[in-house]
Amino acid sequence: MRDFFSAYPKASGRFDELQDASGRIRPHWQTFMEAVAASRSEQMRRRLNHVQRQIFENGVTYNVYADPQGTVRPWDLDLLPLIISPEEWRHIEAGVRQRATLLNLILKDVYGEQRLLHDGLIPPALVHGHSGFLRSAHGIPSPDGVYLHLYAVDLARSPDGGWWVLADRTQAPSGAGYALENRLVISRVFPDLFRQLKVEHLAGFFHALQQSLSHWAPIGQSGEPPRIVLLTPGPYNETYFEHAYLARYLGFPLVEGHDLTVREGRVWLKSLEGLQRVHVILRRLDDDFCDPLEFRADSALGIPGLAQAARLGQVLIANALGSSLLESSAFFGYFPSLCQHLLGESLRIPSVATWWCGERAALEDALQKLDGLVIKGAFPQLRMDTLFGADLSPRERERLILRIRQRPYNYVAQETVQLSQAPSLERGGLHRLHARAMGLRVHVVASPEGYVVMPGGLTRIAGDGDERVIALQRGGASKDTWVLSHTPVSTFSLLPRSFHARDIVRGGANLSSRVVENLFWFGRYTERCDNTARLLRMTINRFLEDASFMAGPEEPQPYLLALCRVYGLLASAAQAQPAASGELSSPPAEPAHSAAPRSRDSLKDALVAGLVDATAHESFAAHLGYLTRVGFSLKERLSLDNWRTLNRLTQALEEQRILQGQEANLGEALIFLDQAVNALMTLAGFAMDGMTRDVGWHFLSLGRRLERLQFLVSMLRHGQVEHRPKLPREGKTTRIRREWSALEEMLELADSVVTYRSRYMMQPEALSVLDLLVLDDTNPRSLLFQLHMLREECRHLESRFGGTFGAALERMQHLLTQQNFTQILTDPESSVFGDLLETLWRESSQLSERIGQRFFSHVPEQRTGT
Amino acid sequence: MRTLYRIVHQTEYRYASAVQLSRQVLRSTPRNTPFQRRLRHFIRVEPQPSEWFERKDFFGNALVQFALQSPHQSLLVEITSHVLVRSRNRLQAKLSGAPWEQVRDGLQQGTGTPFLDPAQYLYASPHVPTTPRFAAYARPSFTPGRPLLEAVYHLSHRIYQDFRYDPTATNISTPIETVLRKKRGVCQDFAHLLIACLRAVGLAARYVSGYLLTHPAPGKEHLVGADATHAWVSVYCPEAGWVDLDPTNDQWVDQEHITVAWGRDFSDVSPLRGVILGGEEHELEVRVSVQPELSTAVNACPHHGEGTIAG
Repeated sequence: MRDFFSAYPKASGRFDELQDASGRIRPHWQTFMEAVAASRSEQMRRRLNHVQRQIFENGVTYNVYADPQGTVRPWDLDLLPLIISPEEWRHIEAGVRQRATLLNLILKDVYGEQRLLHDGLIPPALVHGHSGFLRSAHGIPSPDGVYLHLYAVDLARSPDGGWWVLADRTQAPSGAGYALENRLVISRVFPDLFRQLKVEHLAGFFHALQQSLSHWAPIGQSGEPPRIVLLTPGPYNETYFEHAYLARYLGFPLVEGHDLTVREGRVWLKSLEGLQRVHVILRRLDDDFCDPLEFRADSALGIPGLAQAARLGQVLIANALGSSLLESSAFFGYFPSLCQHLLGESLRIPSVATWWCGERAALEDALQKLDGLVIKGAFPQLRMDTLFGADLSPRERERLILRIRQRPYNYVAQETVQLSQAPSLERGGLHRLHARAMGLRVHVVASPEGYVVMPGGLTRIAGDGDERVIALQRGGASKDTWVLSHTPVSTFSLLPRSFHARDIVRGGANLSSRVVENLFWFGRYTERCDNTARLLRMTINRFLEDASFMAGPEEPQPYLLALCRVYGLLASAAQAQPAASGELSSPPAEPAHSAAPRSRDSLKDALVAGLVDATAHESFAAHLGYLTRVGFSLKERLSLDNWRTLNRLTQALEEQRILQGQEANLGEALIFLDQAVNALMTLAGFAMDGMTRDVGWHFLSLGRRLERLQFLVSMLRHGQVEHRPKLPREGKTTRIRREWSALEEMLELADSVVTYRSRYMMQPEALSVLDLLVLDDTNPRSLLFQLHMLREECRHLESRFGGTFGAALERMQHLLTQQNFTQILTDPESSVFGDLLETLWRESSQLSERIGQRFFSHVPEQRTGT
Repeated sequence: MRTLYRIVHQTEYRYASAVQLSRQVLRSTPRNTPFQRRLRHFIRVEPQPSEWFERKDFFGNALVQFALQSPHQSLLVEITSHVLVRSRNRLQAKLSGAPWEQVRDGLQQGTGTPFLDPAQYLYASPHVPTTPRFAAYARPSFTPGRPLLEAVYHLSHRIYQDFRYDPTATNISTPIETVLRKKRGVCQDFAHLLIACLRAVGLAARYVSGYLLTHPAPGKEHLVGADATHAWVSVYCPEAGWVDLDPTNDQWVDQEHITVAWGRDFSDVSPLRGVILGGEEHELEVRVSVQPELSTAVNACPHHGEGTIAG
């Protein structure tokens, strides 16, 4: 026992959560610490392992840098909770509730009457100088005057034991989900102590959140059940895990901006079933990103028209638009008087001493004490780093003072709080207790009866060494927070319900349009990568084998080069057209849009660029880039193996890029392409064998088949060479003769060489090759096979969602299965097949568009002609 | 002196491929002010929007938010306004008055009702940074004790002299730091620049968008559609209220400027702002014609015989 405490430092100049000034364990920690100290070390190790396993299995992460390659850090959770006595908690609870009430009234005023500004109780600069004051949000109604539905406050304890507010989180406070996750893990590690100590449960808080949002949902007279969604900026956000976790726990669909649309002043969720009304948006998206029409025009994350829907009272946005305003600590100095004015009470928990330099007296005061203060930007748009007065050199200090005097209203000066210390256990030394600086984030939710405080919260501890800054971005850890009770605690739980809740982003036909759209494109891009890899591989092979494989600008292009052009693989980056929609920009028969490489060397460079140039629009590298991006947004749905395969391929391509950048080496390129074709086959295999056949899978399959069909069409279209008679005699119709060339190449591109050899054991011949590539419906790479599969997929959509999609393709399927079609294929005088290929291209492109309009963007189909 | 104007303002987008959904915010309704009155006003949009919401924004500008939900290849917005403008002829009174420092200190320290209006326009805004560079450019005009409007006019005049009107030099996203460096731009740049300088020295200045009657070169007909939208600056002066001046044309605003909207900068008053789905590339054509219909006296601006510059 003594050994266990030996490393725990006595607090000097700071408050100690665990021990009092004389070194005695505080009463509310006694039971817990005695039990922990008495635990055998292997028992503690088991507990720690359990924590780590839980974190890993639940996938709890905090994205340290918003990086698509996934620099996600596992959540760091300390084994020991912070323990708070019932008496202490009553004080915190009352203070935090009061502050939430106060801040809400201020928001209500600023976005409404602005009495506080008119009466001079808030200096105008704090509102008009703050980028978070959204003028468009002024006058948007909020039911019952509630603007702040969720609120969180960062508390710290000063050396005298009093609590201080460090920061207000008024926009879209994070942390409640992590607090919940921490609780589920830690309460299972100490189940007996948890019960014995009568720790307050958290479920009531989340229940209140559900109830309140339902209560205020603008369902009108309809009586329909309110639909509440959780709006996330997406998987790149640093707290995405929490968004997904809370959404599942609360039973709210997790949506991104693209999932929602505004029509007739109402908000709708785009689902496969069509548009579904959304009444409440619990948002984790920043204010100014919410509506590109009225706020930041460059926001790709928002929903155009959302602010108008809110203005019409057709959707409740929690928190109200514009609520980030009060996150500025420049307001701190005004809260005591505002509290008196608005609530007739004095502020229960003080804010850390703060001088807003826009007030002349405060400015002089702050400059006097600069050395002991922290200097920050008063408004978020200033993006200023926090400066510690004590760290400044005399010159820096002078320059800072000059800057402050130029525009004093942009600065606040703040006292630093000597943070209290709490006990912690380190991974390396479970038998020793350490001390870490800590802060506590407490969450509050609005309810019709007033604000409800979560009994607990997210305790954060500083990393070793830096005790001035607690930031998860900087490597701190977190703790569960145990609020003790004298009376029996409510054991109400949301868990059983929440995990069975219908999560519409995951389930059946309620699948969100964005998810299926991404699956569709995942299918298309996997196939497109595969096709381009095969095409490049074969072209490079021929280039290496055949020293004369080169066509000057006037000579006819070799078949493979012509096809490479259609796929943009020989286009220099500057000339290529953007394929913004993801559709190939050129139809198959259209002539190439880039100049022909004039020498073997330039062709070699063009081929290498077609492989590794990620800045081109249609290179292999570009397609793989699209695939990775689409894959990333499907992260929640794709298995880890998919990811690994894709990541390995991306890495290998990156190595190729570096290697080829030093010196173009086609041999290396071939080795890579073999690897790439394998990896893409593996991805296709996962889709075939590893995915449940839900609606989403059908869209993936549809994308894949469409892409393959189009590749086959291009391939066949270029395989037929037209010969025009040189001098058409008068009175006679000109006969164009068509001949098939490049049979061998087509066989190989369609991966059908082995099948062909096993059947025919001879050199490729037009009739047999075309039969295999066009009409053989047992060959998974034949034209007819794609049509069969597409018809199946279309029928599936039709029977499930109504409408017709595959009618045109079905007609062509019938045409191909006619008795005499084999003859038509090889008839040099028939243009039937050539025409059919063109129709197929057109119809397949239209199908892709129709599916997009119907299921992804929900645009009513334009009816033309019949 | 009063002039009645008929203004036709057409904006036309032609898209390379069909736009599936379009949602637009239109701010093109001339305001009623002490100097001008809107008599008639029509908005025509083609194709016909399926949603139409009218309201006033935070600055009191009338706006329409509309949406089109069926595929379309082009969008035409045509606004026809009849506006009566009267002369502001009070130049003499304006140029004397309180020294600029006194105005600045009042604005910077003031709280409560009388200061709320100018306070909106004291600080940096999306297109207007207030870095010391702008204060430095403004400094020579703001000599100690100089009456506010005299100093402001001096600054505006310097901008007119130091900068070249050059529509090829900038676009809407060119930062005004670049404008300050290159010494070239259009009316919008000069307005933003003047505002930045005024705010950087601690004064309140707002951006005004509208139309300008342009004068044809001598002997030429006034061409319909040859006019353009225009922008200028309004500065807050405690004695006179908001006083407008046009740095592009080096003049106080009188009865040849028709005010449509005002805000902190262009981002608050952009005439047509929208989000579309589809469309890819587009062509944009804006046609404006400002015709004095009935006038007690329209005379060419004396120091601009060759024609005034709009846009």
